Amino acid sequence: MKKYTDTGKKDTRSGFGDGLTELGKKNKNVVALCADLTGSLKMDEFKANHPERFFQVGIAEANMIGMAAGMTIGGKIPFTGTFANFSTGRVYDQIRQSVAYSGKNVKICASHAGLTLGEDGATHQILEDIGLMKMLPEMTVINTCDYNQTKAATIAIADFEGPVYLRFGRPKVANFTPADQNFQIGKAVQLQEGTDVTIVATGHLVWEALQAAETLNEKGITADVINIHTIKPLDDAAILKSVKKTGCVVTAEEHNFLGGLGESVARLLSTQHPAPQEFIATNDTFGESGTPEQLMDKYGLNASAIVAAVNKVIARK
Amino acid sequence: MADYKALEDLVVQVRRDILRQVHKVNSGHPGGSLGCAEFFVALFNELMERNDTFEMDGIDEDLFFLSNGHISPVFYSVLARAGYFPVEELNTFRLLNSRLQGHPTTHEGLPGVRIASGSLGQGISVSIGAALTKKLNNDQHIIYTLCGDGELQEGQNWEAIMYAAGNKVDNLIVTVDLNGQQIDGSTDNVLPLGNVKSKFEAFGWDVMDIEKGNDLKAVMSGMKKAKEKTGNGKPVCVLLHTVMGNGVDFMMHTHDWHGKAPNDEQLENALAQNPVTLGDY
Repeated sequence: MKKYTDTGKKDTRSGFGDGLTELGKKNKNVVALCADLTGSLKMDEFKANHPERFFQVGIAEANMIGMAAGMTIGGKIPFTGTFANFSTGRVYDQIRQSVAYSGKNVKICASHAGLTLGEDGATHQILEDIGLMKMLPEMTVINTCDYNQTKAATIAIADFEGPVYLRFGRPKVANFTPADQNFQIGKAVQLQEGTDVTIVATGHLVWEALQAAETLNEKGITADVINIHTIKPLDDAAILKSVKKTGCVVTAEEHNFLGGLGESVARLLSTQHPAPQEFIATNDTFGESGTPEQLMDKYGLNASAIVAAVNKVIARK
Repeated sequence: MADYKALEDLVVQVRRDILRQVHKVNSGHPGGSLGCAEFFVALFNELMERNDTFEMDGIDEDLFFLSNGHISPVFYSVLARAGYFPVEELNTFRLLNSRLQGHPTTHEGLPGVRIASGSLGQGISVSIGAALTKKLNNDQHIIYTLCGDGELQEGQNWEAIMYAAGNKVDNLIVTVDLNGQQIDGSTDNVLPLGNVKSKFEAFGWDVMDIEKGNDLKAVMSGMKKAKEKTGNGKPVCVLLHTVMGNGVDFMMHTHDWHGKAPNDEQLENALAQNPVTLGDY
């Protein structure tokens, strides 16, 4: 099996910040808006390099989304930055009407998604944002897995015409995808080849899926591990091809099972190739305070939970 | 300056267009539309510097954003009669597969519309964004926005109003249609707005009144004064005092016609008060 090495733990939000810095230098139409979280979103360098293209909107997210929509008229490419909770639930109608329905080229960049925000607790730990965003017609939804991929995705979405939701997180996690990767929106990345089970993972759960695959391999179970960084549009072909081979699937995400990647995969399989599926996701619940590791363990979002789900789903074949 | 008589005729024709659009589909919002006929006619035919062809990016021209999207009948009429799309298309208002949706949208590609509106309170934010892009592009043109008075009850407006003043967005003229009415009754009864002028001033805007918001000459001269106020470090707010349902006696001074279409008899009566000028579509 392929070997993946953590080149040093890094936060995905820094991938966003560094991607934005690079974009600022190469694309003069890129502008950035932030709702009083410049440091948390790692937007300081863009702000320092291009103060005329950085817009501090204060604690006023609804206005930020509306402004971003307006700024596209005349050719700017606005990147908004705040926590995932305030990027989605708080401003849903603004995104729906002024961005998605209006077809505006806004990039909604959301940090601190999911449980791994940690100690701040459930008010800030949104586990519903993927669902909220994927339900919007014409919205592209991306959830990256590590620093390198987040940086590559940040740069790539500037060249894509249309509204995008880019989701990333706070903690330092394994950085294992290539620094020079060619990020293709909507294209799944096959990380491991196997025949017994398909593991489809997104975001922070991708590294956990790789760890799970190693453990399973030691027990003679081989897994296809697919990194789905783009939840919408979903790479149907890649998932179908794999499940047709393995006959079962485990989906893994740091999100409620309602509205998440797992549901998208279930819809695909139920209409085109029914197969047993197990969900690694939160179970219709709010989060709580704790360290990221404690929370991912308590809510069953880690490699050992994936291994258990694989054993369960294989038994259902 | 355009021929004033021609503009007066256009106002009357726009009223007919509004009434006939909502009557045909027995739905839509005639009250606020009628109240803003003079404003729209003045804006699109006298005040705005507009390019001949519609481009979404609107480079080197003034732009207009309608925040209170429910008054789409007046917007569509004035856009059509300004040449953005065929006047006959007003026949498709609110019909299936039409570009003239109940509330304006970019989604169906109707020329003249740059943002979807309908869910209230979002237009000032969008306008600020467009104004900032004008500045980044070194484009000296102005952003015009219209919002309703009842709409100011939406909190997002005040985020935007705070931002625009705090960041000297001075290429922006926000006009508030002060007709004192909303769906459930007068604004005073539903949720009092207090002193709107003092509120905008307290936020740091340059505020002026157009007391006779249904007097075409007063609107034209007032909006010209507003334009002169731009570029001075403050966003500009115009309080346009209008009468909901203006031009049709039984629709005036009441919220009853906010979102109700006239029946056949009422249409006939209303049209008789506004005889054909430029020709019906």
